[in-house]
Amino acid sequence: MGQIYKPGTKLSSTVCKTQIMALRVPAEELEISCGGAPMQVGDPAELGEMNGENTGTLVGKRYTDADETMEFLCTRGGEGSIAIEGYVIDIKAAKKLPSSD
Amino acid sequence: MNIHLILQMASEAMGYREALVCGETRLTFEELGDAAKRVAGHMSEDEKLAFLAEADSCFPAALFGAALAGTQFVPLNYRLTREQLEAQMKRITPAKLITSHSVSLDGIECVSQNTILKGDALQSEAPHEGGATAVELFTSGTTGEPKSAILRHANLMAYIFGTVEFMSADEDEAALLTVPPYHIAGIAAVLSSTYAGRRMVQLPNFSPEGWIELAQQENVSNAFLVPTMLQRIVDYAGDSLELPTMRNIAYGGGKMPRQTIERAMTILPHVNFTNAYGLTETSATICMLGPEDHREAFNSPNPAIKRRLSSAGKPIPSIELQIRSEGGDVCAPEETGLVYVRGDQVSGEYKGLGSQLDAEGWFLTKDRGFVDADGYLFIDGRADDVIVRGGENISPGEIEDVLRTHSAVKDVAAVAVADTEWGEAVGVAIVCPDDIGDAELCELVRANLRSSRVPSVIKRMDELPYNETGKLLRRVIRDGFAD
Repeated sequence: MGQIYKPGTKLSSTVCKTQIMALRVPAEELEISCGGAPMQVGDPAELGEMNGENTGTLVGKRYTDADETMEFLCTRGGEGSIAIEGYVIDIKAAKKLPSSD
Repeated sequence: MNIHLILQMASEAMGYREALVCGETRLTFEELGDAAKRVAGHMSEDEKLAFLAEADSCFPAALFGAALAGTQFVPLNYRLTREQLEAQMKRITPAKLITSHSVSLDGIECVSQNTILKGDALQSEAPHEGGATAVELFTSGTTGEPKSAILRHANLMAYIFGTVEFMSADEDEAALLTVPPYHIAGIAAVLSSTYAGRRMVQLPNFSPEGWIELAQQENVSNAFLVPTMLQRIVDYAGDSLELPTMRNIAYGGGKMPRQTIERAMTILPHVNFTNAYGLTETSATICMLGPEDHREAFNSPNPAIKRRLSSAGKPIPSIELQIRSEGGDVCAPEETGLVYVRGDQVSGEYKGLGSQLDAEGWFLTKDRGFVDADGYLFIDGRADDVIVRGGENISPGEIEDVLRTHSAVKDVAAVAVADTEWGEAVGVAIVCPDDIGDAELCELVRANLRSSRVPSVIKRMDELPYNETGKLLRRVIRDGFAD
């Protein structure tokens, strides 16, 4: 069952170490999963079994859907892949800037 | 959203990396994370955490610790007079004040640097309301009573997400921090370095020899400098400077004389220079002139490219920029007007005065400037500094630029002086040898600009007044002419 999320909300995977934070989310119900299982607020007591094909998440990378309507920051990496409504979201290409401070 | 996330991610993903070097103190990101938790353990949400010290080793822990506790970090300028400081402290009570000075004021509780780093660590998660205020910074107030700029977690995080890639620093990188904690560049340096995983090396009291020595000793790769600091380093260095590990030097916080940056590029050919333009109210950098632009301008015979060495560069991808006329129309390239910016990192908000953004979210920087045909921004100066002579707007910068081309002129400032005929006229304060007469200086201006720009009064000075972060104190010069 989907839920409406606010920017700043942190979600943990229930099958791996992955944790993400919502940076930009539409104000509609979303089903967010990692490694084939729904993500939740707060770390789980124990990890469940991972399902499907997973390439993992990388800490510090930002993930976005194909239309870039939403964006999540990976605050802790893991083995599962993140999917919204069943569609896997990808790393957003970052523009490299020179160091300014 | 909370800026503490930056440190939390750094301590989890690269906790073993060295985070901070200050004198004898050396901390890893994991240790810095623990220190911030202990600072937070001292705080309650309804008291702010003020900071009155030089770049002490507890500064990063205090910045992140205040955020973890859900309160505001308020760094104060230790160079202010006692009266000025007390006036600012009265505006931030109740607060804990990290300091080694003794302050006795209602609502201010002094804590030593040692005490704040001891005690129980706060184990809870940082509050993540993005609307909350992270930092309150008093502006330098070069034109009047200092205002307290409000920087929210969401503003500072937008700046970091927009400009720094997590863990992008190589393990051997180190940034030399010379800007004080009460300056936006001092705050931004801690946030960026931590997110990038770059070791921070603090230099509490700037001197050119101290900076060079520490850069060599700690194999520093990155540094940020205000123009006067770079000026003093190149003056001290003479013809050569041994900084083999230095890769990137960013500068900002004031106008960089063309001669200084050209000199620096000549003696440090392997270094990448970046000009970072930003304000307190915009959470640091909004425009950048990058290393490639520097090299292209430096080597170009084309005057339109060459002058870009004096440019603030282009807006960063997350910032929009517009130049507007006094009447509000968007200016064409080369047309000088007021600089407006928009973006999530722009706070444009002062305590007690509220948001200064317009209905569409644009912030008036109060800087004047123009963009060239390729979008490079040239800052002309503060709108308040414009000289209005008989209804004609005169930019101090254009007069200063012309006078600076004279090889004997070391420093110069043009300001408005009262004039019975024109309302205002041009006054020039200048540092140059006495054998260069007023007539010669006036002729130089007349030959290059219109006659209205010719100074009506010239004052010789041994040096011009600057504040400690390199801002020219035009108000002091104006007052000097009025006396």
